[in-house]
Order: sequence, then C-alpha cells, then structure tokens
Amino acid sequence: MNSLLRRSIFPIYSNTLKISCRSFADAPIKEQIDKIVKNNKVVVFMKGVPDAPRCGFSNAVVQIMRMHAVPYDSHDVLSSEDLRQGIKDYSNWPTIPQVFINGEFVGGCDIMLQMHQSGELIEELKKVGIKSALLTAEEAKQKEGEK
Amino acid sequence: MSIILKPGVGNIHRNMATIAGVIESKIRNKLISQLEAQHLDVINESYMHNVPKGAETHFKVVVVSPKFEGLPLIKRHRLINEILKDELENGVHALSIMAKTPQQWETSDQVVESSPSCRGGFGK
Repeated sequence: MNSLLRRSIFPIYSNTLKISCRSFADAPIKEQIDKIVKNNKVVVFMKGVPDAPRCGFSNAVVQIMRMHAVPYDSHDVLSSEDLRQGIKDYSNWPTIPQVFINGEFVGGCDIMLQMHQSGELIEELKKVGIKSALLTAEEAKQKEGEK
Repeated sequence: MSIILKPGVGNIHRNMATIAGVIESKIRNKLISQLEAQHLDVINESYMHNVPKGAETHFKVVVVSPKFEGLPLIKRHRLINEILKDELENGVHALSIMAKTPQQWETSDQVVESSPSCRGGFGK
C-alpha cells in the first residue's frame, strides 16, 4: 500500500517540480528577484562571488557580513546582464552591491558600512533572528569581565 | 595691464578644467542648487579603477544639507541618486555617498575615508 502510494504520488510531484522550475526560468526577472529576496533572510547582489569579489564595494559588503558571521544568499550580477539591470530596476537603486534583509532593500556599500559602524546592523539582524558574531564576542567579553 | 594678467587667469582656468571634468562640474552644480548644500565635495575616484585616464566614471560625494534633516540614510541616498539620475544612467558607474545634516557634520570628525580599492570588476 505504502509503495503503491509512493509510486502514484511521485510522478505528480516530479511533474509539478519540473513545471515550477521551468516557470522560474521563464518568469520575468522582477518575479525571480522577488522570490530570491523573499525566500532568504539576507541576500547580497554583488559583483563576483563572496570568495572572489570583483569590485571593492562588493568586497567591503562581503567583509562586513563575514565579521558578523551572517549566513546570506549571494548573486553575481556579472553573470547575467538581465540580473544586473533587473536588480537596479527592482530596487530603484543605481549601483551594485545591494543588500536585502527580510525582503526589504537595506542599501549599498555606504549604508552597510554606516550601519556596521553605528551598531544598527546588529539590531537589524536581530530582528530576523540572526545573532551577529560581534555581539556574541561582546557578550563573551563582558562575561569574562564579570568573573 | 589687464591684458597681461588675462593669460595667467586663463591658464588657471584651463588647469582647473583638466582637474574638474564636465560631469564632475554638473554633479557639483546640481547638488548645490537642489540640495542647498552647505558643504560639498565631489571627488573623482575613477583613477582608482580600470578605466581610461581622465575618465569620469567613479565618484564620491560628501553632501552636507539642511534638507537631510529628519530623513533616514536610505532616503538621503535616494534623493541624491534621483538628482544625479541622468549622470548615473550615462556613464557614472559608481557613486559613493556621505550625506549629513549641518549639525551632524559639525559634530563629526569631518574625515572622508577613501573608497575601497578596485578589484577589477569593471565590466562595461
């Protein structure tokens, strides 16, 4: 019975999967971006990849994320002209990198740097359930001091 | 006497022109007139990037304006992006922004840090 059920359900499942994959590729770039930023807590659109950024501004954002040990989804706009223009239109922001938290456009390199320096980034991350490594380190230091 | 002086003045102007490019001047004028900027730096950082000499592709602007009062950072940046829309669509490829209110500027150390160095990702 169990195997029968599996056999009859599986084709349906794999069909819907195929359909949804195809529609994802065909969907206008705006919808694709919408899905990306809504399905991930933190998304970075950048030039290059985190291990090899191809722009100083993108690299700065990667370094900030690394300092806070933020898990994030990254997309290389140099790999797709559609994405490169699409993301600018989507957020109405003319430059790369672009950072999204919880589906909301937060800013580019300058804003991320300022949020990092002011401590605001730690707060924003907290709101989406991400604890910054800098906060963890700070707390450990305080505990050490109390001993 | 004034005739003798004139060539000298002209030279200064010509030198200025090679330093401050056409786009740089446009950016300066737009920001001063539309934001009533009390302090303004327009820094051409293109030389730090993989572009031809004298290019005007990468800029940093430091704008101190009373119009930023009460606006969060992102709205200040959007305001500047909007004012410089034409430039950003036509050749200006990177724009780093420092936007402060006069009061913030007064109490800050007024140091403008230079932008991160290029990593060769200049595509088009």
